[in-house]
Amino acid sequence: MEEMRNMNTMPCEMTSHEQDHSTSKKHHHHTHAHSSAHGVGHHLLQVEDLCVSFSMYEQNDSARFGDYLRSEKHEVRVIDGLNISVHEGEIVAVVGASGSGKTLLADSILGLYEPNSLVSGCIWFDGQRQDAASLRRLRGHEIAFVPQSVKALDPLMNVGRQVRGFTSLNGMSKRDRAKRQEELFERYGLPADVGKMYPHELSGGMARRVLLCCALMTSPKLLIADEPTPGLDLDLAVTAMEDFRTLADDGVGVMLITHDIDLALRVADRLAIFKDGSVIEETSVAAFKEGALETEFSLQLRDALPEFGFIC
Amino acid sequence: MALGIVPKYIIGQIIRFVLLMFAVSVVAFALVSLSPIDPLQANIGQASLAGMTEEKRAVLAAYWNSDADPISRYLGWACALIQGDMGTSLRFNAPVAQVIGVRALNSLALMAIAWLFSGIIGVVLGVLSGVMRGSLLDRCIKVYCFVLAASPTFWVALLLLIVFSVQLGWFPIGFSQPVGVSSAQVSFTDALHHMALPAITLSLVGVANVTLHTREKTIDVMNSPYIAFAIARGQSRREAVIHHGLRNLVLPAITIQFAQIAEIFGGSVLVEQVFSYPGLGQAAVSAGLGGDAALLAGIAVVSAALVFAGNMVANILYRVIDPRMRKEASYA
Repeated sequence: MEEMRNMNTMPCEMTSHEQDHSTSKKHHHHTHAHSSAHGVGHHLLQVEDLCVSFSMYEQNDSARFGDYLRSEKHEVRVIDGLNISVHEGEIVAVVGASGSGKTLLADSILGLYEPNSLVSGCIWFDGQRQDAASLRRLRGHEIAFVPQSVKALDPLMNVGRQVRGFTSLNGMSKRDRAKRQEELFERYGLPADVGKMYPHELSGGMARRVLLCCALMTSPKLLIADEPTPGLDLDLAVTAMEDFRTLADDGVGVMLITHDIDLALRVADRLAIFKDGSVIEETSVAAFKEGALETEFSLQLRDALPEFGFIC
Repeated sequence: MALGIVPKYIIGQIIRFVLLMFAVSVVAFALVSLSPIDPLQANIGQASLAGMTEEKRAVLAAYWNSDADPISRYLGWACALIQGDMGTSLRFNAPVAQVIGVRALNSLALMAIAWLFSGIIGVVLGVLSGVMRGSLLDRCIKVYCFVLAASPTFWVALLLLIVFSVQLGWFPIGFSQPVGVSSAQVSFTDALHHMALPAITLSLVGVANVTLHTREKTIDVMNSPYIAFAIARGQSRREAVIHHGLRNLVLPAITIQFAQIAEIFGGSVLVEQVFSYPGLGQAAVSAGLGGDAALLAGIAVVSAALVFAGNMVANILYRVIDPRMRKEASYA
């Protein structure tokens, strides 16, 4: 397998490749990861054998100063052989412990690579093989990101202007962007004067909807939401989930990155269970609820939830 | 809302200003009183003082009132100051207000130029270096800043003087106007020519400070979640800097720029000394060496007032720029 290399901010190189398809089912010009279970619709996003590592200096706690100068670089692999797919009109919840590298998965799909990272693997979007440059072009257009908190907004710019974004954002004219922003505010029940407010003046619920509006400006095909619920009370979190459900029902693919399995089970179609930098099982929510799981870890995860097994 | 806050804010600032003036003048007076310099000897000269009769000395001491205890001298000075009289300079034998007026004109032009240049160049270099962190440009800028920040101002001044005035002869050796020309005949270009080297020295040294501070702030801003989100929304790094970065850098830049007034003031004392430039800084040095309490206290009060004004302008600008501070204004 060739690599999407990203060292020193060089765009990754991608050449045509020949891949062994014998173990995979062929489908819409691209193959699925062998562990992928299928919902409805056709493939929107396909990630195969994604590896992300960082080159770092050797750490030696007992080292004297001189040893730092002699430190060797080594690679730390954070994401290792990850496969995941998202279909149109479905919510895939990526669940796993905090700090297990889930955010790195989001960054990889958005083409956001750290200068010292080494990324390899294949990403297809809407049937097209992607590289770092093409992912960069899709980012903020067809693939949109919903950040975690209001901190993602510029504290010194009013919210309306930030939601509308700038020309580079989507190639829409200023008038179109203003119109779209008004539509979105109306759809999510945000009064028009919220547009004149600054991020610190927003309530938690407003902030969440504003962030969603930012992501929806360009009518993306794929939404990636990174932990969109912490800090929200249950009602707001449920509303947030329902908003994602409605979007998915309208045909948008949603990748929901969360550590809240409970909440994920309410709305998601499929679950991708993330452990040690890889998706160890990708299955439908229904299968998860029934306990038809392949790996021991997934079964344990299921049994730890109050509504399944835990009580019996 | 605004009606209630503004008078309260202004009253608060006035109280602070009065307290500051009081503290600065007390310290200046106390230091002069404690200094071992005898004003009589310093201003008349060792030889003349030795040749004077005891009565003459007593007459002079009574005229200058130099034997009075410091507290009554301070009170006398402070009462006169409140009535608008800054006293008479021993050293220049002229009203302090007049001495400061003439000197300040020279100094302020010099300092304003240095302040403006170091501010503009410093912010530009700081932002470039912060955004392109780790690049060759960043490293060059950093080396320049570390070298200059570590160099004493007077040493940089001497170096420039040696190279550009003595060896190359591009700039005059000192003073604010050509020697042997009456003040009325000095042209604007002459004045500028004499001011150039001191101003360049102050700017060079000031740039280092502003650049390093701005660079740190730029790095903070570039690592912020809102820049990350702007990039995740499809903006290029450059666009994110222009739309969101600069806006957030303005506040720290203003803080640094107005705090820099005090630095430039301090630097000007040294630079004016090296270039024999007749400004406030040089006057402060001769006032200190001459035991000229009225002039020294006068200069201290005037410069403290300038620094205070600078900080106040910064505070007001914050409120204009940052919506969060506008809300917090009620706590000020």
